[in-house]
Amino acid sequence: MRLIADHLPILQVILPLLAAPLIVLLRNATLAWLLTVAVSWVSFAIALTLFFAVPDGGAIYYEMGNWPMPIGIGYRIDAASAYVLVLVSLIAAVVAPYARLSIAAEVERERHYLFYAMFVLCVGGLLGIAATNDAFNLFVFLEISSLSSYVLIAIGKNRRAFHASFQYLIMGTIGATFYIIGVGLLYLMTGTLNLADMAERLSAVEETRPVLSALAFITVGLSLKIALFPLHFWLPNAYSCAPSTVSAFLAGTATKVSVYVLMRFIFSVFGPRLPLEALHLFDALIVLSIAATVVSSLVAVFQTDLKRMLAYSSVAQIGYISLGIALNNADGLTASVIHLFNHGVTKVALFMLAGGIVLRLGTTNFDSMAGLSRRMPLTTFGFVLAGLSLIGVPASAGFVTKWYLVMAALERGHWWLAALVVATSLISALYVWRFVETAYLREPVGEVKRVEAPLAMLIPAWIMVIACTYFGLETAYSLTGAQEAAMALMRGFK
Amino acid sequence: MSPETAILAAMAVPVSGAAGIALAHRFPNLRETITVITALSLLACVLTLLPLVQAGERPEVVLFQLMPGISFSFRVEPLGMLFALVASGLWIVNSLYSIGYMRANDEHGQTRFYVCFALALAATMGIAFSANLVTLFLFYEVLTLVTYPLVTHHRDEEARRGGRVYMVYLLGSSMALLLVAVISTWLATGSVEFTPGGLLGNSLSNNEIGLLLALFIFGIGKAAVMPMHRWLPAAMVAPTPVSALLHAVAVVKAGVFSVVKVIVYIFGVDRIAGLSSVDWLPFITGFTIVAASVVALRSDNLKRRLAYSTISQLSYVVLAAALLTPLSVIGAALHIVTHAVGKITLFFAAGAIYTAAHKTNVSQLDGIARRMPWTMGAFTIGALSLIGIPPAAGFLSKWYIVLGAAQGGHWTALAVLAASTLLNAAYFLPIIYAAYFRAPADPEHVHGEAPWLMLVAMAITATGVVLLFFGMEFPLALALQLVQASN
Repeated sequence: MRLIADHLPILQVILPLLAAPLIVLLRNATLAWLLTVAVSWVSFAIALTLFFAVPDGGAIYYEMGNWPMPIGIGYRIDAASAYVLVLVSLIAAVVAPYARLSIAAEVERERHYLFYAMFVLCVGGLLGIAATNDAFNLFVFLEISSLSSYVLIAIGKNRRAFHASFQYLIMGTIGATFYIIGVGLLYLMTGTLNLADMAERLSAVEETRPVLSALAFITVGLSLKIALFPLHFWLPNAYSCAPSTVSAFLAGTATKVSVYVLMRFIFSVFGPRLPLEALHLFDALIVLSIAATVVSSLVAVFQTDLKRMLAYSSVAQIGYISLGIALNNADGLTASVIHLFNHGVTKVALFMLAGGIVLRLGTTNFDSMAGLSRRMPLTTFGFVLAGLSLIGVPASAGFVTKWYLVMAALERGHWWLAALVVATSLISALYVWRFVETAYLREPVGEVKRVEAPLAMLIPAWIMVIACTYFGLETAYSLTGAQEAAMALMRGFK
Repeated sequence: MSPETAILAAMAVPVSGAAGIALAHRFPNLRETITVITALSLLACVLTLLPLVQAGERPEVVLFQLMPGISFSFRVEPLGMLFALVASGLWIVNSLYSIGYMRANDEHGQTRFYVCFALALAATMGIAFSANLVTLFLFYEVLTLVTYPLVTHHRDEEARRGGRVYMVYLLGSSMALLLVAVISTWLATGSVEFTPGGLLGNSLSNNEIGLLLALFIFGIGKAAVMPMHRWLPAAMVAPTPVSALLHAVAVVKAGVFSVVKVIVYIFGVDRIAGLSSVDWLPFITGFTIVAASVVALRSDNLKRRLAYSTISQLSYVVLAAALLTPLSVIGAALHIVTHAVGKITLFFAAGAIYTAAHKTNVSQLDGIARRMPWTMGAFTIGALSLIGIPPAAGFLSKWYIVLGAAQGGHWTALAVLAASTLLNAAYFLPIIYAAYFRAPADPEHVHGEAPWLMLVAMAITATGVVLLFFGMEFPLALALQLVQASN
């Protein structure tokens, strides 16, 4: 037992990675699905164990092949990485059981096993990003998760997904290239790829031009992966054309993990050494964040397709996350970290329910959803509850984020910013309410038959819906975890 | 039952009642029985708390922590007690009325109607008993959300539009202003607890207090201080029982209750009395009182007239609290009670007229008292109370507000009160005159009284209006405690 416990950090990453080739060998859709569920649940258990095992103010270290840290690749799991590990594996664990029926409807039968292989590969990549302490290793995992997500997006029957996936591939590759250029420059200046080491050695080369260029390359590259406005154009296409399971999974994890990397670089690597305020990094982020929330929320209001609306809403919500980073104080960063979780849970719930609608109606067009409450009452009601969390109504997860974000803005003395945050949350109320009116107050077209989504999809979705409310009331783990994560990020590698 | 259990039961009983109602959706008689039993049990819960509060105790429950330093907790103090009593007591009467109304008008979706009603009451109890601003805010928003299906009950274009206005004003004001007000309070004092004597202390400057007060007053859109009043007429698309209990009692009173509570327990009456930055409040409420009365005077639609009358009367309460004298604060608390009983009677009558005669406009009511003597009798008593003529209860609450205004030397407020009394008379008396003394416009349209359940409900509240006049000591005692708490 001791042996396994010592190796949990690597098991966290290696299990899903190993499951992928195994699934390809199995070639059987049902077995592949069972293995996926098993792996994702085990991953979640490992992540929870690690989350509670992280010492206060410290980290769990794991040295690959027992090579000491600056020489070999090392994993380092502190409060922030553990938080992201829990988020990613939780969402994988809920989406995996949901996937079977949704994938059966939206993906050709002979590709099912490939879907599951790509899914676990993507999970492994995302977990690896959060666990590793090595800038190049991180790039490798970034590419593993990205490549598998390009496949996941294009794997469905929807032909338009090819285009969306290709667009994402181009943008994602540019992003990853920028990132690796930045890392290359840093390697040039510091001679190390270990993040902790790198942060340490930056003091010698502080404000040299290569370091500043590295900062710029890494920030822009990651912003592309995050879909930070105005680099978000790939996201709405990708999320709305992908199979619903994929939209749900990626919406909750992919951009979130990239945000984590950005936080890691800004606060832990560059933060202690560079005068980021003087470089106007945070000012630029504030402007972009505001543009993201305002513009994308408004665009979301005018969408005619539910999944597209949710995708634009994601871009807007990413704006809240980057705004928290831009405020550069403890409450702001806490808001960002907790919003990774809160928005992850909320958006996954919404996309999963949308998947049920796709299954039953074949479309998520607003016109065809008129009177949906009479056809799919549970799906509709769940959607409204999760939608309330998107708005940030009290007793929902989104409220906790908003509270901290407004508080952080007020602490900085930015009254207008607090006002903007609440104003944009009202715009999100507009698009959520559009769904409410369509589903409840419009007469359905055609005959009204109860065609509720199958339980195998409804139960995972509702677990997330309930989580939206639960984490709005009981914040002991989500909020305390986020606060510790924010402190860990700001503390860096000490 | 321990007081802690009673507090929690006050919310759990309506919620479980709602579940029962939903389960019994195939059996209308059972469903309605559950509603009435739930309403009775709720009043019983509230009543078990009454002696404690009268004895000066403040029973409380802390459930869990919402965020570090902010708990989900309840504490019963005199004002909340008064509000809870009014809402839960009138729910029983309103349930009888609803049964009559919904069946006579053959409304669709009755189960949803009763479920949302019960949930609305649970949220109201949460507001009444909440021990801090965040708990209050939470239930405040829940109340908006669960009443939305009631407002849009008819599901037609008009209902959709009404519902939109309802959400934009209520959710918009609370999310944009009230939330910021609550967070600012938290940042300024490190607490959100309702504290006797006021929470603010010396943590804010004169100007900051003025700004914070504005955020609270306009953020609490349910109090319908102009220009945040538009949702109330829009909400009149709902079936009349909803207008009666929710938009004359529970929802709007939740608004003014929150305002009074914030002024007494957050700002502290003595702390802000005499501050130059809070001077504007009596004026804006005075304006609301007069302007809403004028609009009421010009509205031919009966429910719309009553809605604007409500807007005007709500500002009585806010004005009374804003005068910041002990007597006016007593008046504010009492007016929450007396207006509730009077206005629900008026709405009951309006709904009865709609049900029996299918009439919605004031101009159609000529001679209607001959066909519906009971209804118009109740209407007359309710109207007298709102004008403030003894022996109707409305006289007494107005009396205290006037005394308070005189005590503080607020001559503008006195002038506003006088003008509004005249306006009230001007928009109610012609209705009564026409109903009793004009000949019916369409003699061949023969109709009788409303269903008996509705009449019973009206008779109870109309009697209540008069009884309250003679039995004012009891609410007065609670209101006095409130003033002592604020000192």
